[in-house]
Amino acid sequence: MNATLILVGATFLASLVEAVEALTIVLAVGLTHGWRTALLGVVAGSIALAVLVALLGPALSSVIRLDQLQVLIGALLLIFGLQWMRKAIQRAAGSRAMHDEAAIFEREVAELGRVPDPVKNDIDWNGFVVSFKGVFLEGLEVAFIVLTFGASRDNTFGPAVLGAVLAFVLVAVIGAVVHRPLARVPENSIKFVVGVLLVAFGTFWGGEGIGVEWSLGDLMIPILGALYFLVALAMVALLARTPRTRVAS
Amino acid sequence: MKYVVGFGAFWWDFIVGDSIVLAIGGLGVLALGALLVHGGYPGVAEVALPGIVIATLVGSLYQR
Repeated sequence: MNATLILVGATFLASLVEAVEALTIVLAVGLTHGWRTALLGVVAGSIALAVLVALLGPALSSVIRLDQLQVLIGALLLIFGLQWMRKAIQRAAGSRAMHDEAAIFEREVAELGRVPDPVKNDIDWNGFVVSFKGVFLEGLEVAFIVLTFGASRDNTFGPAVLGAVLAFVLVAVIGAVVHRPLARVPENSIKFVVGVLLVAFGTFWGGEGIGVEWSLGDLMIPILGALYFLVALAMVALLARTPRTRVAS
Repeated sequence: MKYVVGFGAFWWDFIVGDSIVLAIGGLGVLALGALLVHGGYPGVAEVALPGIVIATLVGSLYQR
């Protein structure tokens, strides 16, 4: 039960971050190229993503043995989780620029604004491609997380899908109401927590896949999470004291 | 050919991102763990796995 709740929470938070990023791009397209163009990109991107997941999902779980699947899932979660943790640590320590949705929104609008104005109510294909890519690429990252989490729980995709759907619905509703990028979502903090969770799950499932029998069973997941969280905090403190070149977000 | 290169570049960016240390580390952790388990040291693997994960993360943070 606890593992299921952690799973729903992890996919919700991971999906929330990606949904906010996709929304920023879609809003920028909508304001510069019209809402028909932006929404057509959203629909096309969502359909392409659904087709890819429908093809990838069953193949993932039916072709590969459970222990092989656990190793594959563990490796993917470790790689994604470590990438998220690394960026979050660098941002918290001040050695990487913060991910600023408002600034990204302004940049997207400025870049899209250079494209010739579309005729009102016409579909602008430049805008469509930007909107499509935003939804498809951000969604693909979520799809990987949902598929790997679901497959590792004996192909029980419900909790992972629930977390992702809740996040996308929440962001879509807020986006429809405010028509502004969600700059107040503490994206870096969320990425920090999700990165830790992904790495903890990745270590646990990857370990089971290669034959490790965790002596504390499922209890190892929160223990690993707490260990990684403490290490990450220590690294933030250490890096903050080390003068380093700041890199872009 | 252009599409093949583009497809490869997309996946490279998706998996490797801006730190190859993490991509190698993510796979290396499990490879080293498997060697320990199948070499008769499953207890050591239980401790070594999180240790190597932490070493990979720290290494990537100091990567030039």
